[in-house]
Amino acid sequence: MNALPCAIYVSFTGALLALVAGNRSAAAARWIALATAATAWGITLLAASRFVPSAGLQTLVDLPWITSMGIRYHLAVDGISLTLLVLTGLAATAGVLFSWNIEERVGEFFALYLALIGGVYGVFLSADAVLFFVFYEIAIVPKYFLVARWGSTNREYGAMKLVLYSFAGSALVLAGLLWPYAAGGGGSFALGDLAAAAVNFSRGEQIGMFALVFFGFAVLAGLFPFHTWAPTGHVAAPTAASMLLAGVVMKLGAYGCLRVAMPLFPAGFEFWQLTIGWLAVIGIVYAGAIALVQDDFKFVIGYSSVSHMGFVMLGLAAGNAQAVSGAVLQMFSHGVIAGLLFAVVGRMVYDRTHTRKLADLRALPLHRRLPFAAMTFVVAGLASMGMPGFSGFPAELTILIGAWKTSPMWTAVAALGVLVAAAFTLRAIQVSFFGATDPSDHKAGGAVHAYPRITLAEKAGALLLVGATVLVGLKPDLLLDWIAPSLQSPLFQAVLKGGAP
Amino acid sequence: MTPPSIELVRALAGESALVVGALVVLGFDLGFGRRQSLEARWRAATLFGLAAIVAAAALVLHVGAIGAAFGGGFMLDTLGVGTCTGVLVLAALTLLIASGTTQLRNPAEFVAIVLFATTGFMLMAIVQQLLLAFLAIELASLSLYVLVGFDKTRPESAEAALKYFLVGGMSAAFLLFGFSLLYGVSGSIDFDVIGGALERQGLTPLMGVALVMVIVAFGFKAAAAPFHLWAPDAYQGAPTTAAALIASASKLAGFTFFVRLLWPGLGAIAGDVTVNHVVPGWVPIVGVLSAASLLVGNFGALAQSNLRRLLAYSAIAHAGVLLLGVMAAGPDGPGPLFYYASTYGLATVGAFGVVAVLERAGVGPRITDLAGLHQRSPLLAGCLAVFILSLAGIPPLAGFFGKFAVFAAALQLGGISGLAGWLTLAAIFLSAVALYYYLIVLKHALVAAPDPDRATPIAVSPGSALALVLAAVLLVVLGTFPSLLLGIFS
Repeated sequence: MNALPCAIYVSFTGALLALVAGNRSAAAARWIALATAATAWGITLLAASRFVPSAGLQTLVDLPWITSMGIRYHLAVDGISLTLLVLTGLAATAGVLFSWNIEERVGEFFALYLALIGGVYGVFLSADAVLFFVFYEIAIVPKYFLVARWGSTNREYGAMKLVLYSFAGSALVLAGLLWPYAAGGGGSFALGDLAAAAVNFSRGEQIGMFALVFFGFAVLAGLFPFHTWAPTGHVAAPTAASMLLAGVVMKLGAYGCLRVAMPLFPAGFEFWQLTIGWLAVIGIVYAGAIALVQDDFKFVIGYSSVSHMGFVMLGLAAGNAQAVSGAVLQMFSHGVIAGLLFAVVGRMVYDRTHTRKLADLRALPLHRRLPFAAMTFVVAGLASMGMPGFSGFPAELTILIGAWKTSPMWTAVAALGVLVAAAFTLRAIQVSFFGATDPSDHKAGGAVHAYPRITLAEKAGALLLVGATVLVGLKPDLLLDWIAPSLQSPLFQAVLKGGAP
Repeated sequence: MTPPSIELVRALAGESALVVGALVVLGFDLGFGRRQSLEARWRAATLFGLAAIVAAAALVLHVGAIGAAFGGGFMLDTLGVGTCTGVLVLAALTLLIASGTTQLRNPAEFVAIVLFATTGFMLMAIVQQLLLAFLAIELASLSLYVLVGFDKTRPESAEAALKYFLVGGMSAAFLLFGFSLLYGVSGSIDFDVIGGALERQGLTPLMGVALVMVIVAFGFKAAAAPFHLWAPDAYQGAPTTAAALIASASKLAGFTFFVRLLWPGLGAIAGDVTVNHVVPGWVPIVGVLSAASLLVGNFGALAQSNLRRLLAYSAIAHAGVLLLGVMAAGPDGPGPLFYYASTYGLATVGAFGVVAVLERAGVGPRITDLAGLHQRSPLLAGCLAVFILSLAGIPPLAGFFGKFAVFAAALQLGGISGLAGWLTLAAIFLSAVALYYYLIVLKHALVAAPDPDRATPIAVSPGSALALVLAAVLLVVLGTFPSLLLGIFS
């Protein structure tokens, strides 16, 4: 258990090593990155195997940091953060495998990549609001360089939009954290202490503070209408960065909403609950509908990400233990599935065909020429539609049942979103992989040289992710047994009502 | 009871070391330098200058915070000693950078004037009396005018010096007028006595005029909007190291002096902006300057294509945050302001240092000229990234905790509902605007590919490299362990 903070340190050390090694040998940088990501993942898995679920955070490290302002270096873990830590390790390791073909400035690429991962681990482990915020911002800046340097379509625009949205969101969060700190007398930034101080605030103050913190984080979680950075950013990003952005970074936002905004300001949550729920539901359907008409393959996946994150926000908005545990499960599930989808589109298909236009892909008999990619995408697509047997099914089902208890209308509209998701996923599968049935129909079809084979690294990465989604799909209790007890802690009980899982 | 003269020597030991050092530099160059090459003269002058600075720092720290000295004329408290040390570190970095990047023809004079300016800064940090304060400020300012115009080969340098001198001279007139009114109203030049007199009198109309004069003068010196117009031109035309000194050490010393004058001296007529209406005093005026600087600096910087002018507008924006820190320094102590000013100084010296090295290599002055810096000099690119991200306030660099501490202190003034709260919120949101122009700089330096014609590596002299790395390491260390600086005030 106590080794978990090492995941942060290992990642940052690995970033430095990769930077140094990258100057001499690209291969060394790759192996260092893989070793680092796998080691950090191993640390989280080891911790998970020894984890005893309980209500409340289990402190790992608690040292004074900035004494004059009452800021502590306080790392702690519970079932929710553990779920996301394991996800981070998995997504990071798979991401390295899918960026094995990066050739330019390899050392710098992996250094930024691992620095981002280190920041993400830090966020999921922080129990002090300032520490949380520091790691959160550390995770923002590398994204800019990853996208602007190694990205594709319109990359500088996408990178700047992505970072400015994130930073504007975090400015809201900063204001929302300093306000209760100042109003509460400025004693401490520990999440528990802030929550205790918040009891004394008037309802109006809580409403304001909650809005700043929640919507600040919701920008990164891709809540409608703050989601527009996500599709452009995901599309512009290199494959591994898209995987991390959709798979892990968007979770940072949702996690911040759950960990910081909701327990600290219960009265604020009560006021905004209805708004958030409807925004989430609108996001699910709206983003799904947009995904349905995209002609760029990656945009389809980008909008599907927004749609799926809508389910997470819906689960949070429903505000009962069942829906919230479903939301955490959906965070894990979406992290894995989105990573897989982006890996297929960005790495397996785009790096070989050099086009993402659905119209162009339709002309290529990809199911013959890239059978492994087609198979992986079909599996990922099924998982993304929420088919039983994959992790999306228990997650979305739990959220929908939980949401029903709060507002049946939300469930009804969100269920429509599930249908839309099935539609755009099937369309993407059909058009991109099973477009031309006979290669001789297509004039260029015969003349095009064979694509490079799917590499071992890609297969390994895909198998990791498919394995995870199937495992959790068949046995969701693996994660729910961690998550549900954590929601029994007094901090969450203040805001969650009814609907025991 | 030690005799006053002994006490004075003890209190001003650091300043004396700098003056002696400056004379040694001049004398050595006069006696032995004429036959040497320019490089050798630069090396000798820098070495003597650094030795003087190290000696001064050792003396300052050795004497320590002994409290009031020389009949209350000087105040060697934590803030004073901290500022003196900070100013000396910044001056040392400036000298190190200058030694490797300038080819100015008069090294001894340049170093000596830097030392004189630093003496002025150190005096500004500890004075408690109007007359001495004016002398200290003018010693520093006159030295800076000369430094700005030091490059006789470039007309821009002379233009910058003229602009800076005219504006600075006018602000000195304002300052003296304000000081004389203060003296006339209170009957004393000691901050303590003035403070006592104002507590009895309250805010009279004449006092209001004095306040406006003093604050306008300070606005000019600190390049706070709407008195900022000289700054972009001066930063652009001055020799880079002179600009670095103006932007860093002079800011740090100036804000320390300003806090000392305003809170202990004029604290009785501070006024109040923590509530929804304005209680008249100097805090509302400072608040207006702060808001204007934040807006002008951040939005002005968006339009810049010249790196030095961008740094100038960024300096204006940072002056806005520093003024916010001044407003919070009374109730909450000067810790956050000092931390912000000193770490901002480090980042600015570093950024100007990178500009100096680049200009020596013929790169610049446009931001787009930075393209491919990561290939041409990974060291410069890495250091620039640290400095710029610190200016942008990204953790774990020191700039983040500077902002954080100042904003937290400002919000503690009266919560979020008062005018100070709104100003703080505006400052927080404008930092998101600021990230845009900082990232543009880094985009060219770190992301863009170099122009194929000019993809040659850039040589960095050992002295400059040492200074840049030192500044970058300090920013990381102070950012990771902010208590190192914030702790000395608690």
